[in-house]
Amino acid sequence: MSGNDKKHDSSRRDFISKAAGMVAVAPGVMLYSTAQAHVGDSVKITGEGASCENRWGMLINTNKCAADCDDCVKACHTENGVGTNDRPLTDPQWIRKVELKDKQTGKTTNLPVMCQHCEKPPCVDVCPTGASMKRADGIVLVDKHICIGCRYCMMACPYKARSFVHEEVTDQMEHAPRGKGTVEACTMCVHRVDAGRTTACAEACSKAGHDAIVFGNLNDPNSEVSKQLREHQSTQIRADLGLNTGVRYRGL
Amino acid sequence: MKHVTYTSIEGTSIGYWALLAVLGAIMGLAAISFYTMEHYGHYISGMNNQIVWGMPHVFAIFLIVAASGALNVASIASVFGKKIYKPLGRLSALLSLALLAGGLAVLLLDLGRPDRLIVAMTYYNFKSIFAWNIILYNGFFLIVGIYIWTMMERRMNKHTRIAGTAAFIWRLILTTGTGSIFGFLVARQGYDAAIMAPMFIVMSFSFGLAVFMLVLMALYSWTDRQLGDAVFNRLKNLLGVFVAAVLYFLLAFHLTNLYATEHHGVEAFILMNGGIFTQIFWIGAVVLGGLVPLTIFYSPMGQSRTMVALGAILVILGGFALVYTIVIGGQAYPLELFPGKEVISSSFYDGAFNSYTPSIYELGLGIGGIALTLAAVAFATKIMPFLPESLADADVDPHHKTA
Repeated sequence: MSGNDKKHDSSRRDFISKAAGMVAVAPGVMLYSTAQAHVGDSVKITGEGASCENRWGMLINTNKCAADCDDCVKACHTENGVGTNDRPLTDPQWIRKVELKDKQTGKTTNLPVMCQHCEKPPCVDVCPTGASMKRADGIVLVDKHICIGCRYCMMACPYKARSFVHEEVTDQMEHAPRGKGTVEACTMCVHRVDAGRTTACAEACSKAGHDAIVFGNLNDPNSEVSKQLREHQSTQIRADLGLNTGVRYRGL
Repeated sequence: MKHVTYTSIEGTSIGYWALLAVLGAIMGLAAISFYTMEHYGHYISGMNNQIVWGMPHVFAIFLIVAASGALNVASIASVFGKKIYKPLGRLSALLSLALLAGGLAVLLLDLGRPDRLIVAMTYYNFKSIFAWNIILYNGFFLIVGIYIWTMMERRMNKHTRIAGTAAFIWRLILTTGTGSIFGFLVARQGYDAAIMAPMFIVMSFSFGLAVFMLVLMALYSWTDRQLGDAVFNRLKNLLGVFVAAVLYFLLAFHLTNLYATEHHGVEAFILMNGGIFTQIFWIGAVVLGGLVPLTIFYSPMGQSRTMVALGAILVILGGFALVYTIVIGGQAYPLELFPGKEVISSSFYDGAFNSYTPSIYELGLGIGGIALTLAAVAFATKIMPFLPESLADADVDPHHKTA
């Protein structure tokens, strides 16, 4: 083969590989633009991925959490389209209200419990396919496309934060895809956070006049949540596990 | 010791076809169970957001644990050089593959999205012991398949020892992985113990050998082949040792837990006041699955084949009971989220002792896994020579003296 032939040959190869690349990429581009076109007005796409400069978290002040209020639960489930089938054993719950009594002192405490968005989440460790994942900004999510529904994450979660979708779901929200046979949990309203808004639970709590839930960036020393965490004693549920949760509690 | 001749079973009798028909019918019912549960969703099963893993997992874990144990008979011959076990090697390896296939089928068909098997095979999170298990199970099929080849193909016989050793090491790792599924669950009071891995290995020795003995007895009885005392009594005595070893591990596991105050709650639940779970543990796993078989094997009752078969059946039932208390009992005991606090109210059953009633679909699916295992053995022994023509003492015992 002469040098000239080689040149031709390599340019032909270049052409074929580029053409193949375009064929492979084109449908993806199409899908991407279609998805963009259908995004609702309420969601602002910034075009930026999650950044490890942020760590989203919450501080829940149990002293302000009222016993007879479950506005945070209602708001979360409305926001994310988590309905009920009147089957409490199998109906998913992304957030729940719990009332506790100290065995020794008798002091009662009210608090909401949801995914604690651990820095070292056991659910992510055990997930065989990597469907359970943590974003760079600390939000722990389930990729519904590769969740096989094995429920090992539910076995591993110390907070009972996850639910298995036991039956067909209808009336899903565009921003919170769900599916029968997969596992789901609190997303820390990731669609709102990405649009620069607060979570539905925190918003509802403020609206009810309790202000028991403060959401914000734990990595930003000037955020309200960081200030309060600096000023007040707070704790993590099952701090002994060393998971460094993104959700912290006062008065627990 | 004479040269061992292996033959396939005839498999033309009415009994053979009737057996396959029954097993096929059971598998058909399992298929219906699977379809119903997938179509309507898991809410029709006994499982829920509290008891996340149910009866299918009890069956699957039992079968997978027994699978690696069933290979032991072959390993004793190939790895440890005990000649009398050599004729049993092919059946031992076949049964281990069949049990694993049965267990994995149940596990797979219970997934929320069984249609995503290809995802499980192509997306791996290497920090997950579950992901490692998927690799270990696939590897087991490959290695034991090669092992069977070296045993059945004369030209490959010289490699049997290497293949057998590889399979033996692999099966130890595999059962370590199965036990670690629970051992690695740090948050649950009933699990989170390193002893789970070796305990599962010893459980596999016991369950696997019990299944092997029953299959061996059935095959030899139904095909009018001789099964001598030399082989049979050795297997029986070995099973006794394994049963005792399981009891020892249970003792060590619970005593260790009892020493730590934080575990007193879950230990009291399993050992004393857990209702059905306590009964299943003591009556099912310890007495019927442990002490009674031991008494049978090491008393004059052990001279009777029928009694030994009964003992092996009890070991299997006791094994199911033990796996049930581990899998379901461990979840029935509530997660300890708030130490020192009592839960007054929670919509999500915080602090509550969970109950579980298996549905017909879960049982159907689980029993289908057993049927698949047995059908695979019945089919394979018909198409290939897995069984020695005779296991009479004169044919297999190197120390046998003719009268």
